[in-house]
Amino acid sequence: MAAAKPTGGKDYDDIPGTYVFDADRSRQGYHLNMFCMSLMKAENRKAFKADEAKYLDQFPLTPQQRDAILKRQYNRMLELGGNIYFTAKLGATDGHPFQHLAAVMTGSTQQDYADLMLRGGRSVEGNRSRSGKYAKAGSSIVKDGKPKSSKPEASKGKNRRG
Amino acid sequence: MARITAGVTSSHVPAIGAAIDNHRTGEPYWQRVFEGFERSKEWIRNAKPDVVIGVYNDHASAFSVEVIPTFALGTAAEFGIADEGWGPRPVPVVKGHPGLAAHIAQSVILDEFDLTLCNKMEVDHGLTVPLNLMFGTPKAWPCPVIPLAVNVVQYPPPTGNRCYMLGKAIRRAVESYPEDLNVVIFGTGGMSHQISGQRAGLINSKFDHAFLDNLSKDPKKLTRLSHLEMMREAGAEGVEMVMWLIMRGALDDKVDEVYRFYTVPASNTAVGHIILENRKKATKKPAAKIKRAAARQKIHRVRS
Repeated sequence: MAAAKPTGGKDYDDIPGTYVFDADRSRQGYHLNMFCMSLMKAENRKAFKADEAKYLDQFPLTPQQRDAILKRQYNRMLELGGNIYFTAKLGATDGHPFQHLAAVMTGSTQQDYADLMLRGGRSVEGNRSRSGKYAKAGSSIVKDGKPKSSKPEASKGKNRRG
Repeated sequence: MARITAGVTSSHVPAIGAAIDNHRTGEPYWQRVFEGFERSKEWIRNAKPDVVIGVYNDHASAFSVEVIPTFALGTAAEFGIADEGWGPRPVPVVKGHPGLAAHIAQSVILDEFDLTLCNKMEVDHGLTVPLNLMFGTPKAWPCPVIPLAVNVVQYPPPTGNRCYMLGKAIRRAVESYPEDLNVVIFGTGGMSHQISGQRAGLINSKFDHAFLDNLSKDPKKLTRLSHLEMMREAGAEGVEMVMWLIMRGALDDKVDEVYRFYTVPASNTAVGHIILENRKKATKKPAAKIKRAAARQKIHRVRS
């Protein structure tokens, strides 16, 4: 899994593949997120779809942010200050179910991602720590890693929606 | 006097709302989720709350990145349904309880919790999906709902301990309201999930089960979880489980767990749900026995 780029000395930057949306990212991504927010209105969704580049001119985005939006690079948007609840509105405007975005962010196909979820999701084992410091940290509330009835009841249903 | 009698927690996955709105609840994938709430619907029909306090988080619907209130209480008479990018969900508007909400606001702020108050606020799936799961799809919600939106979008959310203590302050507020009201509090969101970045899809059922176990028996242990541990173990978005601790703080220290349901997945998320009841208190001894027996019967029926 590719690692998220750290923003500088924060403990949560050690979590791999994760862009914690803190005040620094919020400031950096303000206009990117406000662009996404504008897509909550049907007329704006229409205008954006008609001419994406022209629509984006309304927002003082950095060239990198603009490029990431036009190319639908969802991880790059997060790295540049986007927040997932905002960028999801761009996905919705494109008519994509959320699992399409998840597949893009995890470098998977939508089917493979959906299958991963049906199998009980991505394990935390091996996904705790970039530095390795917390690789086996576990949780203070989980006893011996074996709390009672820990088996998820995954369904084999065929129909799914992200 | 008003009294909080029970607490409910539930995930608020948007895809659950989409499944309801698009009439797909009968599909095998979704049946598994909705079946888990059949008993809950029966329970709440019997519980007959006069008011629900709905603790949830807004998902860039009412609040953008312009203003980020940590705790925002809805004091309006009604709350419109937000357009989250697909058009507003076809659910009834949420009617508030401005009298009780204003009283809670005043009491809680004087109790040193500095809430933001919203006289106009649209609500999104964070609130309406749990209402569907508990009440189904009626033409109007059966009781007023006071929304309490908690910031879990921009880091840091309030700590679990702060949430738990706010729950206690809300309880004190409710119990000082003169009208005789049966109040049920919902804590929503979770359980483990991460929907952003390369680690999206993370589920940690061991953590979730431990969280559910402790929610009933030892919630104070959960109040000591750091955000870092919650994000690492339960996913970047799993941190929203701090909201469940507002519900828990508003209940007695000792509660009866009436019902629990857990399934993986709904879309990208582990669905967790629990119903906790305060133990019945009675003023006269003969009546107490009857009430306790009735309570036991009710629990037995819901569990069986």
